[in-house]
Amino acid sequence: MPILELHDVSKSFDGFQAVADASFDLVPGELHALLGENGAGKSSLMNIVAGLYRPDKGRIRVKGEDVHIDGPSIAKKLGIGMVHQHYKLVKAFNAVENILLAAGADKYRTGLAEVEKSVCEHCEEMGFAVDLKRPVGALSVAEQQRVEILKVLVNGAEIIILDEPSAVLTDSEAAALLKVMRTLAAKGAAVVLITHKLGEVKAFADRVTIMRGGRTVTTADPKGSSLADLTAKIIGQAVCETRHPAKAIGAPVLHLKAITGARADGHRTLHGVDLTLRAGELYGIAGVGGNGQPELAEILMGVNRPTGGTLEFVGAGDISRSNPAERRKLGLVCIPADRATYGLAGELSICENYIVTGVRNGRFGSWTRVNWRSGAASTKDAVSAFEVLGVRSTRQKASLLSGGNAQKLVIARELASPPRIVVAHSPSRGLDARATSEVRRRLLEARDAGAAVLLISEDLDEIMLMSDRIGVMTRGRIVQEFEAPADRQLLGKAMVHHD
Amino acid sequence: MTDFFINWVANIPGFAAPFALAALGLIVSEKSGVLTLGAEGYMLVGALSGVGAILLLGGYPMAALLIAAAVTSLFSLIFAVMTVTLRVNQVIASLAIIFLGQGLTSLIATRAGWLNVPIAGLGKLNVPGLSDLPVVGPILFQQDLVCYLLVPIFVGVVYVLNRTVIGLKLRAVGDGPDAADAAGVSVNLFRYGAVMAGAALVGLAGAYLSIGIAKLWVDGMSGGRGLIAIALVIFARWHPWRALAGAVLFGGIEALIPRVAAIGLQVPQYFVMMTPYLATLAVMVWASTRGRERAAFAMPQALGQPHTREERH
Repeated sequence: MPILELHDVSKSFDGFQAVADASFDLVPGELHALLGENGAGKSSLMNIVAGLYRPDKGRIRVKGEDVHIDGPSIAKKLGIGMVHQHYKLVKAFNAVENILLAAGADKYRTGLAEVEKSVCEHCEEMGFAVDLKRPVGALSVAEQQRVEILKVLVNGAEIIILDEPSAVLTDSEAAALLKVMRTLAAKGAAVVLITHKLGEVKAFADRVTIMRGGRTVTTADPKGSSLADLTAKIIGQAVCETRHPAKAIGAPVLHLKAITGARADGHRTLHGVDLTLRAGELYGIAGVGGNGQPELAEILMGVNRPTGGTLEFVGAGDISRSNPAERRKLGLVCIPADRATYGLAGELSICENYIVTGVRNGRFGSWTRVNWRSGAASTKDAVSAFEVLGVRSTRQKASLLSGGNAQKLVIARELASPPRIVVAHSPSRGLDARATSEVRRRLLEARDAGAAVLLISEDLDEIMLMSDRIGVMTRGRIVQEFEAPADRQLLGKAMVHHD
Repeated sequence: MTDFFINWVANIPGFAAPFALAALGLIVSEKSGVLTLGAEGYMLVGALSGVGAILLLGGYPMAALLIAAAVTSLFSLIFAVMTVTLRVNQVIASLAIIFLGQGLTSLIATRAGWLNVPIAGLGKLNVPGLSDLPVVGPILFQQDLVCYLLVPIFVGVVYVLNRTVIGLKLRAVGDGPDAADAAGVSVNLFRYGAVMAGAALVGLAGAYLSIGIAKLWVDGMSGGRGLIAIALVIFARWHPWRALAGAVLFGGIEALIPRVAAIGLQVPQYFVMMTPYLATLAVMVWASTRGRERAAFAMPQALGQPHTREERH
């Protein structure tokens, strides 16, 4: 018998239909994947189950009984626990204090002892390693996630919902986590896994429900359906995955010579990076995460200075000491990996985010006056040209955009005037299939218009699909370069086997 | 020399108590994430309501202390409504509280005729048998009730903050309001409670100034002690026992001034008044250069930030 049933559940926000007549069921002992693009309504649907949103209509049954989940505390009583994408942890508290807070005990000392005992039991059972004494703010993201999961388990949840748990984890951490979830399911828990990684679904899920545009499209057995089949159902149309090699590669525009760099804590991360970017060419940097990619991106963006080496911009000399504004003037634009920190100012409006780079150069008024009218008009044009969805008004806060649409806004701004160099760091991370292919198309268009594009990505498929030349980065160096199309095995070997 | 020393040390608790109580009250309030800079206003309200209560009741200094704490707690409702419910900038609301406190107390004192009226106030309470001991007697056992209660009050507040679920929730509200909210803790309710409980302690500190020390009301009689208490809280990194130690230190400095002057040494008063702030600056510089884990989380993480639930509800 299903432990959870949703029938024709709908929810809209200010007229935007996030969930439309969605139906879903969950049986104990299964790991049920909820698959779909960004904005397909997966998280919204599960937030309804967790009591964060109230549905506009529809029926929810838990263990065969109709329920109204008016708030997280009721969800908790019904045995529903959700691990959100943004962790709800008090950073100054240690793991036990956090779990005690969530458990709502009324005796401190005995509560603490009980929670600690329960946490240790769960940890042992699942092979979790969590430091219970340190403030959780000082723990790694993976450990914080474990604390969140322990919180749900200590509360005795029988329905466990994980919202894109692997987005912040390395592949091996993600695999370990999903194995733990399999163990939990084997013990009788019902686990919902929200994801857009097909590989995870294939490897770990018992059933998969696919959502598109707020509707539940189908529920299937992932083992019995092909990847192409599932993809088609997620996006509603086939994605074209053919390479588009550069047509005209021009002269070099930027030489990186022996760039060295260090993190703020003095840890050296770059040990002499040499590479050359050429007009009309897409240069891909492949590599396993943590080999200096973010530091290289920050040095190119101009938010960090290299400790040594030069950045020679052809025609402008060494720009390694130039600030981002000066670089922008030369036509060097960036699509940062961290959209929330470097890409957009979430509290500002979409219009302000779009025109901010143009105010200084006079496109939207002068030093003393901002021409809001032309700003709003340009933003509207860009929003429709780059298909940024979910914009009800250009005055709405940028933080209300979903990941893919926020990224489209960043790209629209950066490519507003034809750039000479585009630095894109993990531009499709966390985006759904459709947004990913649009982002990639824009980058290729910029390249074909004559820009030199540097793509830094940990996604080898993306690198192989997009690049005209590939540099493999390991331990702060470009260890080997390949002309595209490159051999996947050789690339992989260069990424892993190096001393 | 021994007399000088005993006399000085015996006076320290009386000077330290207002700092200690005010700092403790601010810690309680700020642990919930509400940046409270209006201690000066609270202390004036506490001081005047203490004097007023004695004059109206015709005595009963202990009752007057409690009334002063309650009145200040009610007065802080204005601050709580502004910062918690209306989400006004907490620095600006604090400044408003200081000036409102100053203006309101002067006005009421003049209108009611309480200005410069001497009152009986709080007397010394000699502990029988122990107060006659040499050296220790005058220092520890010839104090007034508030000084005797100082350590028990600190023990009680620290216990509640660190060893009870109420304290856990209060700290959670100040450190991670979103997490507290998700755990079903009412952020606003706890912030109201913390602001009012903290204000009661600061009001008690103010009432001790008028009832315990000066034994009369003078306009603006807190004389910057509320600001020193703020400095003490930062100095102590929101740690009650360290705040008590700081209060004893500054109380010691303050107690030293009249005694040093009495033996003929002239130390500028303003130099002495400056030292707490100097010490605070030094501690802040020190703290900013230390990257220690626990130290990094000493300040309530959501201090000064009004709480709004995530949008899209």
